[in-house]
Amino acid sequence: MTKAVKEISLGDVGARAADYDEELLGDKVSLSMGPSHPATHGVLRLQLELDGDIVTKCMPVIGYLHRGDEKIAENMTYNQFVPYTDRLDYLAPLANNVAYAIAVERLANLKIPPRCEAIRVICCELARISSHLLGLGVYAMDTGALTVFMYTFTQREKLYSLFEELTGARFTTSYTRIGGVARDVPEGWLGRVNQFVNSLLPVVDEIDTLLTRNKIFLERTEGIAAISREDAIAYGLTGPNLRASGVDVDLRKDTPYSGYEQYDFEVPIGTHGDCYDRYLVRMEELRQSTRIVRQAIDKMPEGPFYAEDAKKIFAPRKDKILTSMEELIQNFMIVTEGPQMPAGEVYFEAENPKGALGFFIVSKGGGVPYRLKIRAPSFCSLCILDKIAPGHLMSDIPVILGSLDFVMGECDR
Amino acid sequence: MEEIKKQLQERFPAVESRDSVDWPAFNVPEERLLEVCRYLRDDLDYAMLVDVTAVDWSDVIPRFSVIYHLFSVSRSAYLRLAVNCADAGAPSMVSVCSIWPAANWHEREVYDMFGIQFKNHPDMRRILMWDDYPYFPLRKEFPLAGIETELPPEDTEVREATDAHVIAAPMMGGPFHATPGEPMSRAEPRAADQSWTEKNPKPLD
Repeated sequence: MTKAVKEISLGDVGARAADYDEELLGDKVSLSMGPSHPATHGVLRLQLELDGDIVTKCMPVIGYLHRGDEKIAENMTYNQFVPYTDRLDYLAPLANNVAYAIAVERLANLKIPPRCEAIRVICCELARISSHLLGLGVYAMDTGALTVFMYTFTQREKLYSLFEELTGARFTTSYTRIGGVARDVPEGWLGRVNQFVNSLLPVVDEIDTLLTRNKIFLERTEGIAAISREDAIAYGLTGPNLRASGVDVDLRKDTPYSGYEQYDFEVPIGTHGDCYDRYLVRMEELRQSTRIVRQAIDKMPEGPFYAEDAKKIFAPRKDKILTSMEELIQNFMIVTEGPQMPAGEVYFEAENPKGALGFFIVSKGGGVPYRLKIRAPSFCSLCILDKIAPGHLMSDIPVILGSLDFVMGECDR
Repeated sequence: MEEIKKQLQERFPAVESRDSVDWPAFNVPEERLLEVCRYLRDDLDYAMLVDVTAVDWSDVIPRFSVIYHLFSVSRSAYLRLAVNCADAGAPSMVSVCSIWPAANWHEREVYDMFGIQFKNHPDMRRILMWDDYPYFPLRKEFPLAGIETELPPEDTEVREATDAHVIAAPMMGGPFHATPGEPMSRAEPRAADQSWTEKNPKPLD
């Protein structure tokens, strides 16, 4: 018997590799990555199956940060739950506060004064800047560009000082109340925010020059984990991950809330949906956010920062509580029984830095929600991993994770 | 929005509209769910399934409703579907994974938290709690303080391969639990305030 000898052209390395595929690749190896791993950005665990260096299966395991936020919400009044929303996407707590407050206000059909809405818009956009700065910094670090992380963290530090001045806390802000915000902006704060966004833009440009045409960064990200438009929609991706795949959905434009329709900004859309596009979309969103912040500062209306007519919902001002009997009683009722909400079902999604954060509230009336479901964008971003990761190299996994920009506090709730 | 309602109800007379504060909402019978979803996705352009969750109505019959939220990219509008589970003892629901792959994890979470089994789901396992966990925490009878349970067993597979013991970390910790080892009801002030009524006694203990 003669053995057939394969003809291999020496010039075509790719074809050679393909022919030898069967022999070169050995047994499959299963690898458990995480839940404590620097590249998984939190307590995510990936069960990988590797064929040599190539990922053939990727199964995310979540739940390591599950705290039962939804159960907790059913057992406390609407205002008491505000601090828990800080701990969802803990990289943008202000945006979570606002999303939750608006969801409850929609249930009560509350009209929020324009000043409060403008303050909330500034909060949301600063939160987006803060979250994207961190997201881009660690993403660049995952691809080997350590410097960018230092640049972005310097800016975040300035932002945290601004948050501290506004809310009293750097990290867990709990700034909104049902029907308004906790306190008005401090004297001169808007000016300092303006200074900050002015100083941010040159830094964004600098990051741009460090990364956007960087050959190493391009090779690590271009064409990696491309998500098609159809897949992005079918898997329920939202936010920058969805827009990078070419879907023009931005809830700030499409279902405007908190007065977003007054602001002029553009929505960046990707074309290929790969890791590089997700990077580009976030970079542009940083710039657009600064535009919105500037407009909000310019147009900041005067007036109350909470809904004054919402007597059964919003606690009165502290000085009035201490001097007037009626307000004292009102405050007592709200603290002990919670804001009195009508019965009904409401679903509200806000365009958060990580995607659409949704709250589904079922109320039977009274101060405590009967059921509160948190629709977490990171949860949905991660469910596509088992589809996009196979076929890539093991070293691409941190890049893919970085590009999806998720946060486990929100994913596990 | 009225138009959607008209179109949907003309096509499926069994679909009733449901009270809602914001978006159009419908009650769908379980046997028509897949048809309705396919129609909404393909003909009415509700291409995105944004959320699946459930509500435990406690002593009302039917006890469990599964709630779906859909989003239409072209209309920029949401839509809510509610489907009641027929059996309160062993609740189940048809899976919409074949229509939206996004439903996979959402339905696993509903199963994990409420114990609603999804028929024809490709991977019906718990997602947030560990596999051997015996309770369904978001059911109304489950106490806020939690129920003491066995932690996940040691990972014997890893021990055999590497000689390293992989055991679950203790669940106590964090700001409320200064003294580890105590039951959570004593360490968590809010949990201690939970009033167990005659109708709703604290399980175990």
